[in-house]
Amino acid sequence: MTVTHTPNGFNLNDAGRRVIVDPVTRIEGHMRCEVNIDDDNIIRNAVSSGTMWRGLEVILKGRDPRDAWAFVQRICGVCTGTHALTSVRAVEDALKIKIPENANSIRNLMQLSLQVQDHLVHFYHLHALDWVNPVNALKADPAATSALQQKISPHNPKSSPGYFRDTQNRLLKFVESGQLGPFKNGYWTNPAYLLPPEADLMAVTHYLEALDFQKDIMKIRTVFGGKDPHPNWLVGGVPCAINIDGVGANGAINMERLNLVSSIIDRTIDFIDQVYIPDLLAIAGFYKGWMYGGGISGQSLLSYGDIPDKANDYSAANLLMPRGAIINGDLSKVHEVDLTDPEQIKEFIPHSWYKYPDDSLGLHPWDGVTEPNYKLGPNTKGDRTHIKELDEAAKYSWIKAPRWRGHAMEVGPLARYVIGYAQGNKEITEQINFVLKTLDVPVTALFSTLGRTAARGLEAQWAAGKMRYFMDKMVANIKSGDLATANVALWDPETWPSSVKGVGFTEAPRGALGHWLKIENTKIANYQCVVPTTWNGSPRDEQGNIGAFEAALMNTKVERPDEPVEILRTLHSFDPCLACSTHIISPDGTELTQVKVR
Amino acid sequence: MIETFYDVMRRQGITRRSFLKFCSLTAASLGLSPAFVPKIAHAMETKPRIPVLWLHGLECTCCSESFIRSGHPLAKDVILSMLSLDYDDTIMAAAGHNAEAIVDEIVEKYKGNYILAVEGNAPLAEDGMYCIIGGKPFVEQLKYAAESCKAIISWGSCASWGCVQAAKPNPTRATPTHKIPGLADKPIIKVPGCPPIAEVMTAVVAYLLTFEKLPALDKQGRPQMFYSQRIHDKCYRRPHFDAGQFVEHWDDEAARQGHCLYKMGCKGPTTYNACSTVRWNEGVSFPIQAGHGCIGCSEDGFWDKGGFYERLSDINDFSIEANADAVGGTAAAVVGAGIAVHAGLTALNRSRKTGANQTGAEQQ
Repeated sequence: MTVTHTPNGFNLNDAGRRVIVDPVTRIEGHMRCEVNIDDDNIIRNAVSSGTMWRGLEVILKGRDPRDAWAFVQRICGVCTGTHALTSVRAVEDALKIKIPENANSIRNLMQLSLQVQDHLVHFYHLHALDWVNPVNALKADPAATSALQQKISPHNPKSSPGYFRDTQNRLLKFVESGQLGPFKNGYWTNPAYLLPPEADLMAVTHYLEALDFQKDIMKIRTVFGGKDPHPNWLVGGVPCAINIDGVGANGAINMERLNLVSSIIDRTIDFIDQVYIPDLLAIAGFYKGWMYGGGISGQSLLSYGDIPDKANDYSAANLLMPRGAIINGDLSKVHEVDLTDPEQIKEFIPHSWYKYPDDSLGLHPWDGVTEPNYKLGPNTKGDRTHIKELDEAAKYSWIKAPRWRGHAMEVGPLARYVIGYAQGNKEITEQINFVLKTLDVPVTALFSTLGRTAARGLEAQWAAGKMRYFMDKMVANIKSGDLATANVALWDPETWPSSVKGVGFTEAPRGALGHWLKIENTKIANYQCVVPTTWNGSPRDEQGNIGAFEAALMNTKVERPDEPVEILRTLHSFDPCLACSTHIISPDGTELTQVKVR
Repeated sequence: MIETFYDVMRRQGITRRSFLKFCSLTAASLGLSPAFVPKIAHAMETKPRIPVLWLHGLECTCCSESFIRSGHPLAKDVILSMLSLDYDDTIMAAAGHNAEAIVDEIVEKYKGNYILAVEGNAPLAEDGMYCIIGGKPFVEQLKYAAESCKAIISWGSCASWGCVQAAKPNPTRATPTHKIPGLADKPIIKVPGCPPIAEVMTAVVAYLLTFEKLPALDKQGRPQMFYSQRIHDKCYRRPHFDAGQFVEHWDDEAARQGHCLYKMGCKGPTTYNACSTVRWNEGVSFPIQAGHGCIGCSEDGFWDKGGFYERLSDINDFSIEANADAVGGTAAAVVGAGIAVHAGLTALNRSRKTGANQTGAEQQ
């Protein structure tokens, strides 16, 4: 047994029973979680491990920087596009390429539509089953569900008892088949589920409705990028041309295409306002007493910012999504963030399956080294291909530990919203105050599992509104006679300097995302990504600071250790994306290129 | 027909009494009253949905994301009414041991009667530990699930060819399904693309269920109905190619007129997929229509076939027909495909008949 006090304020005690969740499901990619619980079933030690690694950046070495977006887009098909956008920004930063205003608006429309769809799918299809019991919905009186719906969302036209009865009948038939498909082996008799049947029926109905609707949001990206997931992007702008007068929608963006996008934006705003937000508040209302999962959200938060209002200006003042860092829980001071400062962002690997020339030192992404080093600690139970229990005193994850000025940071919607709130961002403050007032909870309630989930919903609402803003802005720009969508002045690699470096960033749905690259003699010499789940899912660092996932699990009570729904709730509240987090690779890649490929 | 759950249990020597006990346990585990027991029993005796284990290896989940974008059928109808998606770590409620137990249960109870859908691929370097499920290499789970399945669907370019993590130098030795050493010899349907088109994915599933056989596959194992023609063959911009009208620079006048993207690196002439016919996201558009060339994402090794903006060098501007046909060699491949498909189908039919006979014997 060991008891440790971490520098970031947690007391770890591994004496109690070890509970293991692997695979953690309803996330992107693969992760494992181990916790120790005490005699009262309270989590006293938490270990989060990324269990996949793909090595994408070494694959990029020597390739054309203009192609990089397509490779890195495949880091993740859930937050599809956000890596591609980050990549084209990094290349444009390196080569000092300016993009047209229309391209900026179109990129923002694509990125915002991702925010909305990803948050919606996360809430209903990845997270809801932690709070909503579909089996319990069978016990509901559809008339009571109808009354609840009309009370919480008076403008939602789909609220009749018959509408909910239809869903209930379908669900009944499904359950009676005995083949429960995705609902099989859930914890449906666990007392941690608190919704009354009528609320469960409402939420399950919207689970299905949201599944139908989310695909329409992404059609915006198909109009501009040709397909989704994984639409097409372009260094210097966007690939789609605009031609309002000369050719049909099959040739370029014209009135028909603009109308399609515009109608989807309107329906998206309605869906978020009439379904997502009312459901979120209703469900949260029943779980107000469950205030676990804050972790480091009340202490250390980071956001790079995103959604440039005007093209080519990536300063904090021009970014509609907030940028900054909060440390030591001091909301009165939001620190400036500089991605090029070697002292700010560093990655550590003493507990990650990599090796550095000196494992104890952190490295800035431009100077990073990554060499895989899969090695288990002496106290691991099991063996190297059949792990029963990890040894967290040694290396235990394919995720590195990035730190901002030495601090483990939480990133994501809650980080963005708290930073925006601390900065006095008017829209964000109004949204947060509305939620706090509706639920009748203090601002400290934000620092919780539910706070994370609520911030995500509010951000979806904000993003839907901003889609309308950029649509109108683009139409006004076209009306003024500007049709440009791409700047090709520096398209030809022969026009490039021999050695440049750049950094691009976005706020991915899951949090701050940065790509650092070096271009030498027109080819990629180094490509490095630090992604949201690397921040949130990081293992311990050399100081012993635990990461955001681990911190958020601490001190949570687990009602039934064999049915750890509480662990899933908190992990899911971060919307983990493991494929994103676990692919970082060395700047020179020399070691890896020696791996024998049979 | 697929055996019912009851048939399978009986065939395995389970008594009716035990079967009913199972049904009441199922009801109890859901917190349902005993009144549900006969209904569950009735459903299991009569009409099962085919179980699907949807495994995820090294991948980006774009295939799953594409699948849920299907407009016809809707993903919810596939999941609720067409098949029984018993394991899919992206959406399943269960986690940890409860999730792993489902794989065991399906493998045991539906031996030879479930579909294995694979998204992503298995890394073979580092003893497979670049992708760990339940503390063990993903490749173990894959081989275990393949052993008793009826057929395998390799979703997307990862499972079909290797895709991005297998691009040079393939640091993890990411290996597509059909190349996994020691994998059970089962019919494999490759549905490549990064990702595949949503309606292509659901059509493949619907075809299996509706016609109760594998779709006709080409020599490379892809359904002919979606992969037997190049994007170029049915591209609506083809007349511009034939007329020699090309986009020369992004956003030039030709781009605004919707001319051919061949000179911008379009891989449509060498890419077999249904993008120019089915199109994407319920027919809204496809890459070429939105102004970017095809990057060839459904082709084997497309990451290593030159830059996405490099003009295809083996296509001659003036003799496209002769040259393009030579590039694919797939017209010939389709003929050969019939044989491979036939072999696969025969195997499938054989296993189905065997199952039916055994069931008959049990009932006698």
